[in-house]
Amino acid sequence: MKVLVPVKRVIDYNVKVRVKADRTGVDLANVKMSMNPFDEIAVEEAVRMKEAGAADEAVAVSLGPQQSQETLRTALAMGADRAIHVVHDGELEPLAVAKMLAGVVGEEAPDLVILGKQAIDDDANQTGQMLSGLLGWSQGTFVSKVDASDGAVRVVREVDGGLETVALRMPAVLTVDLRLNEPRYASLPNIMKARKKEIARKTPADLGVDTTPRLNTLRVEEPPKRQGGLKVGSVAELVDKLHNDAGVI
Amino acid sequence: MQFSLSEEQTLIVETVRRFVEEELAPYEDEVERDNRVRPELIRQVRERAIERGLYAANMPEDLGGGGLDALTVALMEIELGRTSFALQYAVARPSNILRACKGEQVERYLLPTVRGERVECLAMTEPQAGSDLRAMKTRAERDGDRYVINGAKHFVSYADVADYAILFAASGVEDTPRGPRSRITSFLVDKDTPGFDVVMGPESVSHRGFHHCELVFTDCRVHEDRILGEEHKGFDVANAWLGATRLTVAAQCVGRARRALDMAAEWAATRKQFGQAIGKFQGTSFKLADMATGIEAAELLVLRAADREARGEGRDRDFAMAKLYATEMLARVTDDALQIYGGMGLVKDLPIERFWRDARVERIWDGTSEIQRHIISRSVLRPHED
Ligand SMILES: Cc1cc2nc3c(=O)[nH]c(=O)nc-3n(C[C@H](O)[C@H](O)[C@H](O)COP(=O)(O)OP(=O)(O)OC[C@H]3O[C@@H](n4cnc5c(N)ncnc54)[C@H](O)[C@@H]3O)c2cc1C
Repeated sequence: MKVLVPVKRVIDYNVKVRVKADRTGVDLANVKMSMNPFDEIAVEEAVRMKEAGAADEAVAVSLGPQQSQETLRTALAMGADRAIHVVHDGELEPLAVAKMLAGVVGEEAPDLVILGKQAIDDDANQTGQMLSGLLGWSQGTFVSKVDASDGAVRVVREVDGGLETVALRMPAVLTVDLRLNEPRYASLPNIMKARKKEIARKTPADLGVDTTPRLNTLRVEEPPKRQGGLKVGSVAELVDKLHNDAGVI
Repeated sequence: MQFSLSEEQTLIVETVRRFVEEELAPYEDEVERDNRVRPELIRQVRERAIERGLYAANMPEDLGGGGLDALTVALMEIELGRTSFALQYAVARPSNILRACKGEQVERYLLPTVRGERVECLAMTEPQAGSDLRAMKTRAERDGDRYVINGAKHFVSYADVADYAILFAASGVEDTPRGPRSRITSFLVDKDTPGFDVVMGPESVSHRGFHHCELVFTDCRVHEDRILGEEHKGFDVANAWLGATRLTVAAQCVGRARRALDMAAEWAATRKQFGQAIGKFQGTSFKLADMATGIEAAELLVLRAADREARGEGRDRDFAMAKLYATEMLARVTDDALQIYGGMGLVKDLPIERFWRDARVERIWDGTSEIQRHIISRSVLRPHED
């Protein structure tokens, strides 16, 4: 079985995000970038499948600028076998990403595509679903458990109010949730091995995809600053504040 | 000239950082409180470091090490410098001088040390021979195919945990144009050798949990096959392999200073006095600016010296400059960080007072700041002297 894992380079989850002064987006200058945490979970799952003998190849793919190669190298150091880099500068919307991934799927013919449920930068949560639609493949979203064998895959999905178990026919697209696994970090010998693994380069044109954005960002704003709380001395004071200051009762 | 890390170096830094956060940092308070690293904890850190391939990362791959070049080792040391010195020491980077091992010494000392089965300590300093190592009194006198060793070493780090010492002793006198001079020989001496005793040294304010010992030799007989390098050529082996250990000290200072700055900046941005964050007062913010600049400057010196070493062009003067600047920078940065914390900087509940105490030893060991200045000034003057 072959697994394809798309990975995205995003602003590191530890970074305190700032909106650019002209409010056109988030300031990315001199900011630490890392692999989208949900994609790390996807890579981890693919590598575990390999280690368990359920998969025999894990291929990582990233769409983005030159530096996305670092993200792919991280996936290779975690245990992916090889990588594909579709080089593209500038904005990419989920539909364009899904189309390019569909192109890569056409060339690679994987049995499973495992993606993060969303990227923590724009939180779109669309790519996996669009990819499954474009391919006409079954999809398991918000997956917290995967069990793949002999042409079928059983997944547990995190849905409102509980867990849902679904059996899918392969090939399939899975989008993974936070609780699926705890991704490893690379060991020194695996980092050394990753250096020798192949990263193939492509362009959107190779895949015949028009990446022109269809959405127009009007404005990006910081969430409103939280007002400091205050301590009240008695229930009477609380009721008074709620009534007179907050006006909620 | 190139100023960016390779993909591989970026990943290695990331891995070491994670290792520090997950395997070392959680035990910092315990080590500070108990003034020791439990033997089980040393074992645990060692095992996890071996799993991650970080143990003996400085040693060549064909010896079972990580095969990192000097530059990448320096990057790793910067990250390790962020945490407790005693804890990170269990992620051993065995002394490079062991690469001078020959014949049977390789199987007996070098390889088991790389594998984490044996641990070394380095015994040079004596009560009467600190900066002036040549003045050492510990004698090694030949008796057939053995040497009889008598004398005492002090300030020997980690001798409580180690199971053998790389010992430097005076093995004779030679006449030189500048008068008679001790000849020094280096030996590998197992701790269980009769006539070799180890006594805990007095407590130091820096690096709690990391101890130094006194080593006492009384008619301790050591076979000549335990000579490291060649007879009377102890300083040659030391000079060939130990220069770059100064970079370890310098690199660790950069990491620790960065942690102190991170904490100080956070405190300055959130602690309010006179109705505003203290970081808004120029008296505080300019301190932060100087701290950050000093750290970057020290890092550049360290990385450049390490880069030269990695290309086989390492120079004592570069090591000395990096060590001198980084250790003095750390003293200023930790002192400023403490000042920014005010009274809270002095209490043991926060690591600030620890950084400040720990910084003190860095200007002393591995050659004092004054000795580094000697090395640098000699290299500056030499071209102009007749
Ligand atoms: C915690 C700790 C651990 C150590 N671990 C080890 C170890 O594992 N192995 C080991 O061999 N050693 C170790 N040392 C010893 C360390 O390397 C020495 O302390 C150091 O070399 C200085 O020697 P000294 O303490 O005898 O000081 P001294 O040499 O007596 O120096 C005292 C002062 O005089 C100054 N001075 C001396 N000579 C000159 C000069 N020519 N010009 C200008 N100033 C001068 C010095 O700079 C210093 O300020 C350790 C020391 C400490 C504190």
